[in-house]
Amino acid sequence: MFNKVAHGFKTAWKGLALTIRHLFASNAKRKITPVSNDNYFKNLEGTNTIQYPKQHLPVPEVGRYQLEVEIDDCIVCDLCAKICPVDCIDIESIKATEAFGQTSDGSPKRIYAAKFDIDMAKCMYCGLCTIVCPTECIIMTNQYDRTVFELKDLTYEFSDMTPEDAAEKRMLLDKQIAERQAAKLAAMNKKEGEA
Amino acid sequence: MNFYIKYLIIAVGLFAFSGFFALFGVYAERKVSAFIQDRLGPTETGKFGLLQTIADVIKLLIKESIIPAAADKLLFMLAPAIIFIAVYMGFAAIPWAPGIAPSNLNLGLYYIFAILSVETLGILMAGWGSNNKYSILGAMRSAAQIISYEIPAGFAIIAVIMIAQTMNLQTISAQQGILSSEKASFLGIWDVSHQGGILAWNIFRAPHLIIAFVIYFIASLAESNRAPFDIPEAESELVAGFHTEFTGMRFAFVFLAEYSMMFLVSMVAVILFLGAWNTPLPNIGSVHLADWTTGAAWGIFWTVLKVLALVGVQMWIRWTLPRLRVDQLMNLCWKVLTPLAFACMLVSGIWRLWVM
Repeated sequence: MFNKVAHGFKTAWKGLALTIRHLFASNAKRKITPVSNDNYFKNLEGTNTIQYPKQHLPVPEVGRYQLEVEIDDCIVCDLCAKICPVDCIDIESIKATEAFGQTSDGSPKRIYAAKFDIDMAKCMYCGLCTIVCPTECIIMTNQYDRTVFELKDLTYEFSDMTPEDAAEKRMLLDKQIAERQAAKLAAMNKKEGEA
Repeated sequence: MNFYIKYLIIAVGLFAFSGFFALFGVYAERKVSAFIQDRLGPTETGKFGLLQTIADVIKLLIKESIIPAAADKLLFMLAPAIIFIAVYMGFAAIPWAPGIAPSNLNLGLYYIFAILSVETLGILMAGWGSNNKYSILGAMRSAAQIISYEIPAGFAIIAVIMIAQTMNLQTISAQQGILSSEKASFLGIWDVSHQGGILAWNIFRAPHLIIAFVIYFIASLAESNRAPFDIPEAESELVAGFHTEFTGMRFAFVFLAEYSMMFLVSMVAVILFLGAWNTPLPNIGSVHLADWTTGAAWGIFWTVLKVLALVGVQMWIRWTLPRLRVDQLMNLCWKVLTPLAFACMLVSGIWRLWVM
């Protein structure tokens, strides 16, 4: 019994000595260093808490957080919406009657994006959309602190077209299709007449 | 009339003190645990988070007091009051300084132990009244634990009473210092009636009382349901044990009782073993340190200092040692502490008869 008691006290003391060392150890606030720092995992001095709103852990500029679309560079190819595993990208496209501009890498733009919505509440941050994008206009940024009060605010709208604009373009497209249809019909009629 | 006003003021003062202690006890506990775990603890509310617990109390005050539909309403509502009052009444017999005690009972020690046992009843009422499996399990464990640990604690105390030959806490306190009317001797051989200080404390007057002190301290941890004997509350298995269903002020009272209990059992330990309100500084030759640091104000200072040190040790232990299993708990109580406490009692008798 006495051995057991002695052992109990010895082990308890070992634990108590460990905790009292931590109790009186430096309680300096944590210095914020990026993960890329060589000492990041050796940094055991002082307290370990990151006081979040006051201190930020630096993240790489190309971190995989919020999605961002540079709509001027978008050719509305719809690849991102197709590859998205959770279908969080919703694109409504209108064909232009002719090439109406160029992206910064020189690709001709032929389609208007009447709607380019990304529902970040659904997004699983896989980053597939950024990989398939041919013009690299959809990217992930290092912004991760995004809180909203309404769920609908998590649907980011990137299209810069007003509904009137879209209606006009739609009308032009319909007109062009109608004209082509008419031309086609006329050509067919002419062919039949010749025959 | 004056009599009643005086006692009312004392009662309110003690209540205010236990409330104040619970507030800053919780804050200290959170800070100690945080530093032990290399965290920061509360930092936002007030300077260094000092107002955190006050904010918590305000939150508890404005919360709804929910009574579960299936609860036994009378027991459920009475339980927190009984738990707290049992502990609070214990303060009535505790001396703070020479001549300063709310009530100078000649059976003070007996009274404290009797009234503290009522807490078990409150815990059982809380557990049964909640009509919840976790609560009743916690309450049963708590009752079993408190009743078991009262035995080694009781025998450790009897060992002191046999040395002191009184149950009056004020007399026990006075015996351990320069104000003693009888001879005090260090380790039974060296007369230190005029030196006083740490040499005349009970644990040095009769060295086997050091063991009794350790036994009492361990048992007092169990009686106040503190880790490593917190199986009645065992967060990881019983949610929160007997106070699972309590909200708002009722929960606050259970908490208040826990912290008051910590203070009270530490205070009893200080009075019985660590020289009560006596100074730890002895008279050395012409330097009368003990005489200079004895008095009403000094008495309160030394009492509070010693008690806070013991409370600190309780917190330190809580954040270090893991919780004991039920069988380990009973093993420790019945097979280790109780025989040792018996041995201490025996040695006390021999010491009183042949050494003192």
